Amino acid sequence: MSGNPAIEVEKLVREFRKGPRAVDGIDLTVSPGEIYGFLGPNGAGKSTTVLMLTTLLPPTSGRASVGGFDVVRQGAEVRASIGAALQEAALDAILTGREHLMLQTTLQGIPKAERGRQTDALLERVGLTEAADRRVGGYSGGMKRRLDLALALVHRPPILFLDEPTTGLDPQSRSALWEEVARLAHDEGITVFLTTQYLEEADALADRVGIIDRGRIVAEGTPAELKAEIGSPSVEVTPVDLDASDRLAQLLDRFGELRRNGRGNVTVQLPGGEAQLAEVVRALDQAGLHVELLQLHQPSLDDVFLAKTGHKLEGAGEGEAEAPAGGGRRGRRRRGR
Amino acid sequence: MAVDVALGPIAAQRSTAPGVVEQTLAVAHRAVIRTLRQRALLIFPMIFPLILFAINGSALSAATHIPRFPTSNYRDFLIAMPFIQGAMFVSISAGVDLARDIESGFMNRLALTPLRSEAMLVGQLGGALVIGVIQAIVYLLVGVATGVTFASGVGGAILVIGISILIAFAFASLGELLALRFGTGEAVQSIFPLLFVTLFLSSSSLPRNLIKADWFREVATYNPVSYLLESLRSLVITGWNAQALELGIGFAVALLVITVALSQRVMKSRLARL
Repeated sequence: MSGNPAIEVEKLVREFRKGPRAVDGIDLTVSPGEIYGFLGPNGAGKSTTVLMLTTLLPPTSGRASVGGFDVVRQGAEVRASIGAALQEAALDAILTGREHLMLQTTLQGIPKAERGRQTDALLERVGLTEAADRRVGGYSGGMKRRLDLALALVHRPPILFLDEPTTGLDPQSRSALWEEVARLAHDEGITVFLTTQYLEEADALADRVGIIDRGRIVAEGTPAELKAEIGSPSVEVTPVDLDASDRLAQLLDRFGELRRNGRGNVTVQLPGGEAQLAEVVRALDQAGLHVELLQLHQPSLDDVFLAKTGHKLEGAGEGEAEAPAGGGRRGRRRRGR
Repeated sequence: MAVDVALGPIAAQRSTAPGVVEQTLAVAHRAVIRTLRQRALLIFPMIFPLILFAINGSALSAATHIPRFPTSNYRDFLIAMPFIQGAMFVSISAGVDLARDIESGFMNRLALTPLRSEAMLVGQLGGALVIGVIQAIVYLLVGVATGVTFASGVGGAILVIGISILIAFAFASLGELLALRFGTGEAVQSIFPLLFVTLFLSSSSLPRNLIKADWFREVATYNPVSYLLESLRSLVITGWNAQALELGIGFAVALLVITVALSQRVMKSRLARL
């Protein structure tokens, strides 16, 4: 696979019968050994994309190859090349962690003599040796996610899909999982396609980030490149008197591009950098505008998201169409080749 | 968490896909574990038919005074009913189990392995096999303890267990089909009353030739459940009746074959792996 992209997607579309295009013509390329962060709010099309790339959902049109294999025509080869931990760790609460791994090693065709050793090694790797013989129903969210990761690694796939792997986890479990994912990519050369709705996660983990909103990729690049596009820091001002918001906006308009959040806050880009902050403070003082809070923001992926989509990531896209649970061949299928 | 454990070089290391028998046994092993660890699934559906057996066996015993009634002990006649009711309950537990796998995404996990659909379908029935065996033995023992005698002897009693397991298998397969078709446990459970209606519209309480209402007798004659009941009943009351056995076993096998075939078809779209 070296030299060729690990994942290549061209004009991929997925439509559902009674909904909008969940994925609307996306293009992306992921290199071997890269961690690609697919960032977007709920309903943006992240999971639908993962289901198509893992062969669990047919695309309506477009083309995608994973590990050099076409996801439509060479599904079995794609599945042999990938491991996947899909959204909501799909585990059987009645079985133990060890039983899950033994089932997975059997179904993945690991030779009988190696199954026990492989299971023990994976349990140790994800820190579940002591809990191995407990039923999964009693595991914490973090333990379930770690078991899910171990199950995805059973057949040592070169490409790993992780669909929102840290959603709902406490900070400690989250950072432990980040550490393991980074190690898989950087030490073992596994390509990781990671979807997330956490900016911090994409920023910390991903070599490159694709931002998806309403089924379209609106920005792509390394976190540093994306932040550099925004360029300058911004200052967010909250007036004591929210009715003074219009005056505040008028006052700050001369400093740079302005954004208002509708709750009285005004944010202004500072093209001159942090040095302009003193000028802003002076202007507020001279105008007699009393300020409750004044915050300087360095450019973040949130700013990138806001700049590219016109809305903040948090809470965006709630209730929009995503792939139905359990996959299923619902909706139209049109092979676009 | 980052314990340094060598797993070998990174490259897909699936050797060859396991054979269909090994896959089936692996899935069946899981189904059996699940069944044995959920005792409520095992016990309550087993008790309900026994309660009905006790009530009807006492309340309807006067039916034996009807001329041409085939036995003087109504429980001999009635004992076939718990076996069929139990099998119908198995259909629900098998269907709900599979529906839960679909809803939770566990089916997607399996779909990402080289698991063949027929191995999954048959393997999932492993749990039904366990319930079927336990139920059949319990019903048989309760029947004998309450005075039921087998005209076909010990061999017939053993065959009753065998046929009832086959029937439980067939109904479990129907449950799987419903789960695959509708995808939710609630949908599977909502079908259950319809199944029960087929039991009451059969020869469950009276022999077909003694049913007075023409429409009811007609419905019972066309209802395959009548023949399932009559095959079991024949071994208790009349001995070795080849025609009754052929019809009962034939309908059970037909139900199993049809539902497995349809399930496999629906499974292809449900799994949606390409």
